[in-house]
Amino acid sequence: MPERKSYKITHYRKWCKNCGICVAVCPKKVYEIDRNDRHAIVHPQDCIGCQMCVDHCPDFALTVEEVKDE
Amino acid sequence: MRLDFLRSERLPNIWCPGCGNGIVLRALLEAISQLQLDPDKVVLVSGIGCSSRAPAYTAFDNVHTLHGRAIPTATGIKLANPDLSVIVLTGDGDCSAIGGNHLIHAARRDVDITVVVFNNYNYGMTGGQASPLTPAASITTTTPSGNMDRPFDLVNLATGAGATYVARSGIYFTKHLVDHLRKAISHRGFSLVDAVAQCPTYYGRFNRKGSAGQMITSQKDWMVLKNVADKKNPEELAGKVVIGEFVNIIGARQADIDAAKEQS
Ligand SMILES: Cc1ncc(C[n+]2csc(CCOP(=O)(O)OP(=O)(O)O)c2C)c(N)n1
Ligand code: SF4
Ligand code: SF4
Ligand code: SF4
Repeated sequence: MPERKSYKITHYRKWCKNCGICVAVCPKKVYEIDRNDRHAIVHPQDCIGCQMCVDHCPDFALTVEEVKDE
Repeated sequence: MRLDFLRSERLPNIWCPGCGNGIVLRALLEAISQLQLDPDKVVLVSGIGCSSRAPAYTAFDNVHTLHGRAIPTATGIKLANPDLSVIVLTGDGDCSAIGGNHLIHAARRDVDITVVVFNNYNYGMTGGQASPLTPAASITTTTPSGNMDRPFDLVNLATGAGATYVARSGIYFTKHLVDHLRKAISHRGFSLVDAVAQCPTYYGRFNRKGSAGQMITSQKDWMVLKNVADKKNPEELAGKVVIGEFVNIIGARQADIDAAKEQS
């Protein structure tokens, strides 16, 4: 069975406005807006690298890259 | 997207949380990256409005003009240096209200520029007033009991005025948006993309459209791809907004230009 790919999510806190769009578009529920109304990465291991959050973040605050271990 | 196209020292941008403008801007930078244009040959021109601030976040040469006047400025730039890709970034108010006359005449004359309309259905910058693209019955600051007027259909307006490339897309459909921006920029002649964005602060709040996340994902419910819409009857399409490519005429003006040359 092919090994499941893993991804590295980078969140630029300085640019993020905690709007929640990434929460709404992510198919894997990787993000949450937490109790303090702040963006939080809660299930990074579930990320499938689809780039939905990256393409829809209005503040250029996310990147998602495949982790290549060699 | 080429990150060096972004003037990152100017971020965070001034837009409200969840504003759609950043998503259109990102799609535009992606389209320019995919086209592999020489960044020194791209010029962005804008008018006034929240959306018209977009060019200032890019590394391209840009001009922030007067309200409604981006298109004539862009026309001048293109005439002076036809080698440039001249792209107008404008709001629904900027291009269809105060700048409406410039829009229809640039389309009529098939000026070789691209107009990207950040269409959030209202005047964001000045506090959420109605624009000529505000849907009927919508609440805005100037239509507190619902808009009595009908909006322009921007696609039909541009098509009727003679634009030779016309498309519409939405910020939920980012790949679709990038594809149509790319085609518009590479089109020779006047091209327009109606990029349906969102203003959660005014239009969204006044019309109870929910959170920024709900607004953007709802585009899946009220937008229909043109190839799907073409198979439906008008009743089925009531309340829906059709996205896709509507006009793509190559070499439209060549016969006219040849005839004019013949005369001279
Ligand atoms: C000549 C002139 N008239 C009016 C204004 C006020 N004004 C500033 S922005 C704007 C409307 C902006 O709406 P839109 O183009 O839809 O852009 P948005 O802010 O929604 O992105 C108006 C009327 C102005 N700046 N200049
Ligand atoms: S979409 Fe971007 S700005 Fe909005 S909460 Fe997510 S990371 Fe922050
Ligand atoms: S890349 Fe896709 S799966 Fe991963 S966090 Fe972003 S939206 Fe979620
Ligand atoms: S007022 Fe509306 S258009 Fe302007 S930045 Fe805020 S959300 Fe965006």
